[in-house]
Amino acid sequence: MGAERWLTGLLLLALAGPAAAILPIQHWQTAGGARVYFVENHDLPMLDLSVEFPAGSAYDSAEKSGAAAMTNRLLQLGADGMSEDEIARRLADIGAQLGASSETDRAGLSLRTLSSVRERRPALDIFARILRNPSFPQAVLEREKARLIGALKEADTKPDTIGSVNFYRLLYRTHPYALRSSGEVATVETLTREDLVSFYRRHYDRRYAVVALIGDVTRAEAEAIAEEVTRDLPQGNGAKPALPGVAVLDDGARRFIAHPASQAHILIGTPGIRRGDPDYFPLFVGNHVLGGGGFVSRIIEEVRQKRGLAYAAYSYFSPLQRAGPFVIGMQTQREQAAEALRVVDATLREFVASGPTEDELRDAKRNIIGSFPLRIDSNRKIHGYLALIGFYQLPLSYLEDFSGNIERVTIADVKAAFARRVDPDRMVTVVVGPEPAAVP
Amino acid sequence: MSKVLMRAAGFAVAAALLALSQTSHASTAESRLANGMRVVVKTDRRAPVVVAMVWYQVGSVDEVNGVTGVAHVLEHMMFKGTKTTKPGEFSRIVSAAGGRENAFTTRDTTSYFETLQSSQLELALKLEADRMNNLELLPEEFAKEIKVVMEERRWRTEDRPRSLVFEALMATALTAHPYRRPVIGWMSDLKNMTADDAVDFYRRWYAPNNALLVVVGDVEPTEVFALAEKHFGPIPARTLPVRKPQNEPVQRGERRVTIKAPAELPYVVMAFPVPPLRDAERDWEPYALDMLTAVLDGNEAARLNRTLVRGERVANSVGAGYDGISRGPGLFYLIAIPTRGRSAADVETGLRREMAKIIEEGVTDEELNRAKAQAVAAQVYQRDSMFFQAQQIGSLEMAGIPHTTIDVQLEKLRAVTPDQVRDVARKYFRDEALTIVELDPQPLPARRPVAPPEGMRHGR
Repeated sequence: MGAERWLTGLLLLALAGPAAAILPIQHWQTAGGARVYFVENHDLPMLDLSVEFPAGSAYDSAEKSGAAAMTNRLLQLGADGMSEDEIARRLADIGAQLGASSETDRAGLSLRTLSSVRERRPALDIFARILRNPSFPQAVLEREKARLIGALKEADTKPDTIGSVNFYRLLYRTHPYALRSSGEVATVETLTREDLVSFYRRHYDRRYAVVALIGDVTRAEAEAIAEEVTRDLPQGNGAKPALPGVAVLDDGARRFIAHPASQAHILIGTPGIRRGDPDYFPLFVGNHVLGGGGFVSRIIEEVRQKRGLAYAAYSYFSPLQRAGPFVIGMQTQREQAAEALRVVDATLREFVASGPTEDELRDAKRNIIGSFPLRIDSNRKIHGYLALIGFYQLPLSYLEDFSGNIERVTIADVKAAFARRVDPDRMVTVVVGPEPAAVP
Repeated sequence: MSKVLMRAAGFAVAAALLALSQTSHASTAESRLANGMRVVVKTDRRAPVVVAMVWYQVGSVDEVNGVTGVAHVLEHMMFKGTKTTKPGEFSRIVSAAGGRENAFTTRDTTSYFETLQSSQLELALKLEADRMNNLELLPEEFAKEIKVVMEERRWRTEDRPRSLVFEALMATALTAHPYRRPVIGWMSDLKNMTADDAVDFYRRWYAPNNALLVVVGDVEPTEVFALAEKHFGPIPARTLPVRKPQNEPVQRGERRVTIKAPAELPYVVMAFPVPPLRDAERDWEPYALDMLTAVLDGNEAARLNRTLVRGERVANSVGAGYDGISRGPGLFYLIAIPTRGRSAADVETGLRREMAKIIEEGVTDEELNRAKAQAVAAQVYQRDSMFFQAQQIGSLEMAGIPHTTIDVQLEKLRAVTPDQVRDVARKYFRDEALTIVELDPQPLPARRPVAPPEGMRHGR
């Protein structure tokens, strides 16, 4: 029962391409300028909807770090004459699920509801009212600040948080991507109701709204829904908020932070690429071989399978509006930190110098292309792609083109892209855990 | 974004969240091979994808003292080669077929799964059948993998104060039943485990008559049955060990434990013994307990959050949970983290008062109807995930509950009355049955960034 027989069959599969699961994405703009992305699907009697804005922590100032996340958090805690408890109860009464998310670039609200009018109509009504008329109650703000500060102080005792906060500061220095998305204790303390109101007015602007919908409604219904949830949003007359470019690291940086945890938490990285960068596909395929391919990547092979040094070890690119991070991460028993660092450094250097082998490239493509249908096998996953394509204005054919873009990647492409983006001599390394004196 | 590998140990709390409200719809087809292996197929044609899960009805509950964690260690070793595949080859083959694979171990079960294009189902079944019968557990591979598992324990438990609290809770609330031991195993047992321990466990429990294949996706049941027969059919049945009930004695007084670990905020978990679901048609208490959980913690305006977090502001966060789908005894959990400046005792008082209110005044129709509406909607939402559907079928069956009762369970849930919710609270929220574990936060030693020592310099 060797592998050979199967691989023949798989090669044919890879050449034939995936089961061309073409998604008919419908796209239009609302009267107010919001961009809408819609997939009509009547398989299940439900609807997924999100409205997002360029309103993530990247738009925070250093002094008011955390304003973006707190604005997002308070939207559903009082709006349009409804108290936070009323909002929660009314949505629960119809089984609707409201989500708020605030990331680096984007922030907004999402809704999952049954699609029958009896549930859908009140759910959309509450959703639209929250989005267009949040009240930011003073007393709720004070309570949420206190809760967040407690949670931040708790998180600041954890080696993974300490590592990641220090890592992003070193990676992005004065760029807003260096800011902690939740804010710092000292900056959260200063947030006022006016800060949130002005952040909301500036960033939850209907001209920049991206509406993503999938589910059991018609095109005409989707159009009406998109109008309803964006119609009365703020509308400024200024320019769209912009983000500064990310400077290339002139030099590497290393920071060791003592912590009593039994494991060292290690992060290594560099600013990587923005969304839509032409290097994206070579880097994606290359990283699959390096540390993104789960149990078959080089990093997991060297660190875990060969040496038993770690449970988790991985690498990834996270493209953003501006150059998002390239990150290698792992945790290992503190006494082994030096060995793990040596192994990962050697693995990275070898990969950047030589690229993947022919076999590795072939297997990575087979996995990525062969697993393409798994990326879009639920409404939830498709909705995620609609929101992504919409926010970053990727081509509407992004999913159709995906497999072809992967197939075209060559070893030379991977090597060239890594050479441009990842310099092993200019990496940021953060290690939380071992006392330096304890390391041999 | 970040990719965390699983090969994971399950947790009591995760199980608590997978309670009864998860139901689904649509019919399944079922078959039993001559060797006793069961096969359940649910067709879902929304995407050309299939999820295959092989469930073994063996978990940490079947371990004995001195070798705790062996069920989970064996799960790791199942990827390390058979008579005809080399260590790691399983993962490479599935990956090159465009598939994803992983596995998890819980108190009750060990489950292996692959997600692939539906045309690749046979590959998954062939590989699973091979390792059901032909595992080659090499000592040199074991020596490396046991280190990985110890790293996993450090990552999951040793360095996470709240995990330590749950570990202590189980070890305290239960005395005779093996649920008192952590799924990941005690560190000392991991350090002293041998490859033979894993081999013994494999020989005792990995047999077709102790396994269930669940397939959900774009497949025809008759074809799946034929493939199952072809690959698993030739594996002979084995006599399984006799399972002893190991019933928990009645608790005669409150049990209280403190864990000291680096943290900022205290953390309090209270647990009461309650019955899990045994007979989906006749039981009523588990459904009432499930509704009680929802009334306490089913939405942001549910009782615990509304009073303790939003109203009094004594808690930073709160939770309630019930692990009703379970081979062993059930527990009902109440969890709270005090706000800064408030103590563990303050949130304990608040939780006790909320329980007393339910015992004395019961719950309203409005609260109960809200919880039911959420359960009905959740039944629809869950059908969006094939993996979830496979997992639901498997977890129910492993706990001895036929998956064909899923619709009955929703009906029983909808029939729960306010009096029944009050009655289960009265019956089970008793001081002499309470176990309470509290995290007493300890300060971190002052930390400061330091220059790296020579030995840790990185390249250059």
